Amino acid sequence: MPSKINSSGQKVWQVRDRNGQLLNWALWMGAAIIFYISWMKISDQTTWFFVYDAPRIAADIGGRALPPKWEYITKLGKPIWDTLNIATLGTMFALIMAVPIAFMAAQNTTPSKLFARPLALLIIVSTRSVNSLIWALLLVSIVGPGVFAGLIAISIRSIGFCAKLLYEAIEEIDETQVEAIRATGGSGWQVMVYGIVPQILPAFAGIAVFRWDINIRESTVLGLVGAGGIGLQLQSSLNILAWPQVSLILAVILVAVVIGEFVSAKVRGAII
Amino acid sequence: MSGSVDIGVKLSSRLGKPWRKPPFINSAPLRWTLLIGTVVYLILAFSSFEVNWSRVYAGLERGWRFIVAFSQPDFTSRSSDIIEGMTESVIMTVTSTVVGIAISIPIALGAASNIAPMPIYLACRFIISISRALNEIIVAILFVAIFGFGPLAGFLTLSFATIGFLAKLLAEDIEDMNKVQAEAVKSTGASWLQWVNFGVQPQIMPRLIGLSIYRLDINFRESAVLGLVGAGGIGATLNTAFDRYEFGTVAAILIIIIVVVMALEYLSGIIRARVK
Repeated sequence: MPSKINSSGQKVWQVRDRNGQLLNWALWMGAAIIFYISWMKISDQTTWFFVYDAPRIAADIGGRALPPKWEYITKLGKPIWDTLNIATLGTMFALIMAVPIAFMAAQNTTPSKLFARPLALLIIVSTRSVNSLIWALLLVSIVGPGVFAGLIAISIRSIGFCAKLLYEAIEEIDETQVEAIRATGGSGWQVMVYGIVPQILPAFAGIAVFRWDINIRESTVLGLVGAGGIGLQLQSSLNILAWPQVSLILAVILVAVVIGEFVSAKVRGAII
Repeated sequence: MSGSVDIGVKLSSRLGKPWRKPPFINSAPLRWTLLIGTVVYLILAFSSFEVNWSRVYAGLERGWRFIVAFSQPDFTSRSSDIIEGMTESVIMTVTSTVVGIAISIPIALGAASNIAPMPIYLACRFIISISRALNEIIVAILFVAIFGFGPLAGFLTLSFATIGFLAKLLAEDIEDMNKVQAEAVKSTGASWLQWVNFGVQPQIMPRLIGLSIYRLDINFRESAVLGLVGAGGIGATLNTAFDRYEFGTVAAILIIIIVVVMALEYLSGIIRARVK
């Protein structure tokens, strides 16, 4: 056990021995240096005058933004409906596409480990690593601005997420049940429907609701790049510096997000 | 014995009928309400959709050019912009993750109901829910308006978002910890700080490391879009490339992002396996 002898000759317990301690210090030192260099880079690119002035600016914006312009809410009905649709339909399309990809990616159900599995994993990684706003940016330049671009962006972004969680659920299923169905002479599809699907259905429903919740948050900002929903109103209000409208929109978004989280928590609680 | 009689009655009335799959939702009224509600919603949703198909058709050619661009990404013609944006993204990621973790640890301790007194618990939970409810992009817009353009706004945004994520999950882990170990440390007469350091911290360390690396990964992904609203990072370069229809550069940037995220994920897998 590592210990050291203190000035009065007693042995004192220590967490690490000398080499461990040195290594620990070296790692912390390295991390501190990296952090310091990074921070200096940020600091160099910052106009510190603006930062010192920030409390005044924040108070100024706050003063302009409050109270919210309540009568503007009549114009937000359609945008929030669009936002909800983007999130819901986007999740639905994503799930439709994620299911076959998940079955291709799971080690115990994949049709071929050499070809199908790497392809499915590539789809999962590439759709997952790119943010939905970037997908929206791309789709706005392809299919034009509007709700449709947002819908596809949300679907593509969600495929990887849903497929990843789903294939992990498929890999964790109880093989004996699958074996039992196969032993009764079930065909491949019957094994799938009666052996595998019932086992992953709760996970599937949980993933769907979880992703729906996330998609509500994400679809509120898609409008910033022109992909429909309430973000369009936010962008145009910001452009004309209509702070009372901005604060109202932010409040509406907050309410939508909280309701989404509440619903998803309830549904997940009921499933699990 | 009434149970077995029940089963017998049920069995005899069911004899001769083929087996049917039990439904996913047991209560029939709930099942039908959900089903009809879904159909009505879908009809309403699709009828309110406006798709300009001629515009979509016209865009398909551009979409095809984008897919082709992926086979020959253009790393060179805007390399200085890409390198600059990428370093900025990485710097923002590193600093904001470090600061975010440093702030979330005390907040997580405060938000664990088995450690913190009630007023502190409520205050910390309030901070967490504010941070979680606000989307990163919206926070970034506000910070850009307040602090001006540049990576500082992005750094603050990501730090703020890290707090909500990390503190919440860490607090849950602290609430699940083994009381016996913490009690043992306390019974040796340890001060509060020693108690946290030797009784609580070793128990949550694996989770803290795993979550931190996961958050590093998320922060990098998010830092790629903050540039769209002027908060620094590769997003600004990406946006410009899109606006100019320079799909080769776009493909190059996206490939770099995907590769970095994959590398981070691989790394986090290794580290988490070692920590466990």
